Amino acid sequence: MAHHVLTPPVTEEQVRALRVNDTVSLEGTLYGVRDANQIAMYDGKRPTRFDMKGHAVIHTAPNVRRVPPSPQHPTGYEPVCVGTTTSARMERFTRPMMEQHGVRLIIGKGGLAQGSLQAFRELGGAYLAIIGGTAALETTWIEAIEDVDLDDLHPESLWKFRVKGFGPLLVAMDTHGGSLYDAVNGEARSRRANTLAKLGVK
Amino acid sequence: MKVEPKQVEDVAAELYIRALKMLPPDIKEGFARLTASETDPTAKTVLDTMVRNIRVAEDTKNMLCQDTGIPIYKVTIGRNVAIEGADLQRAIRRGCERATKEHPLRSSVVHPITRKNEQTSCGPGVPPIHFEFSDEPDRLLIEMVPKGSGSENNSWLKMAIPADGVNAIKTFVVDCVLEAGGKTCPPTIVGVGIGGTSDLCVALAKKAATRPLGSHCEDPEGAALEAALGEAVNLLGVGPQGLGGDSTAFAVHVEIAATHITLNPVAVNMQCHSARRASAAFSPTGVTFGY
Repeated sequence: MAHHVLTPPVTEEQVRALRVNDTVSLEGTLYGVRDANQIAMYDGKRPTRFDMKGHAVIHTAPNVRRVPPSPQHPTGYEPVCVGTTTSARMERFTRPMMEQHGVRLIIGKGGLAQGSLQAFRELGGAYLAIIGGTAALETTWIEAIEDVDLDDLHPESLWKFRVKGFGPLLVAMDTHGGSLYDAVNGEARSRRANTLAKLGVK
Repeated sequence: MKVEPKQVEDVAAELYIRALKMLPPDIKEGFARLTASETDPTAKTVLDTMVRNIRVAEDTKNMLCQDTGIPIYKVTIGRNVAIEGADLQRAIRRGCERATKEHPLRSSVVHPITRKNEQTSCGPGVPPIHFEFSDEPDRLLIEMVPKGSGSENNSWLKMAIPADGVNAIKTFVVDCVLEAGGKTCPPTIVGVGIGGTSDLCVALAKKAATRPLGSHCEDPEGAALEAALGEAVNLLGVGPQGLGGDSTAFAVHVEIAATHITLNPVAVNMQCHSARRASAAFSPTGVTFGY
């Protein structure tokens, strides 16, 4: 259960070294992706000017405030509250995001499914679990919004954050076929019959 | 008691922001209870982080969660309250829009077909505003819930049949908790609606999910069922964030309504651990904010 401090872009080797139950903190660049921008990019074939090769993305759509552009807020957006959304809705975008944009790390909550696990194994990627609903804390790890693309989809724009000490995040799905969600769901389903019996259901 | 629409508008705006920032005391107590009883080390860490987030939100006056949710308002009108109903409705909507623009809050509301976001947290039929009436004199109560989507996406209705009995209800609730896994941001409040028509059943589930912890179903059969189900779902081991542990749900809440002789409907609606709500009571002496 090692702790890794990663400064993206990361190499395939760095990602393959991650194991379920390890922890990760991120430094530097983090991209924010969401339902609408992934639908636009992968279903609508809309290009982005961002180079996400080897980078980490987080499933998010932040609360932001418009401010005059400055060195601290180059896009004219100040982060107000940046958190994480449920990943499962975006399951089918994992593979295209890795194949077309070279993304290596996905940060989210609630986990992804078998298609993503397969993509992580084949292409070299990992899922890092954040604690959902703890956005006030997460916001303290965000230094600035460095850039934004596809902003007509606001707040589901494509965001580029600069982060410091972003974590600890829990490696919940790795390149070796490990998934904490599979393990927990399997165990929970095995307890179903016993739970129903305790409720008097035969 | 005369109430001015402008007052209602200000209060509706304030309620949205308060709800997003201040977790009700019963939910904080719920965290303390789960933290004390949790046996899984990962789950303990997850719960500790959630509690830390509540403190950070208070210290930095920030929102607890990025999801500003679907704003839902409920108005309970007592006796001798003078305000035009249509004005009241418009004032709440204006307050909701103003909070979104002035704070600012992320508008999480889009048209369901075009997916266009008006950046106002409002749209056709949203915010939903529910009206109830009470016998209390000179009192107008407005309650607000920003309902997060992680939990709202975990909503189900089953039109079971009488021959399936109460076992169908119990099995359905357990299966919904399994199906939700970590997607619903556990620990949750599992809201269960039993009976009524299909739409009433779903509304009851939402009412149950957004009720304060420690409150109980008024019907004794419903109360017994919520206690049994509350214990049962925490045997499944889903745990906080679906990462394993004992703390899958703060509680199961049940609300019931009478139903048709041929019906046995059950609905489940979940509330995430950021179980946010706020209230404001108008009286002749002023407005009192609460949860």
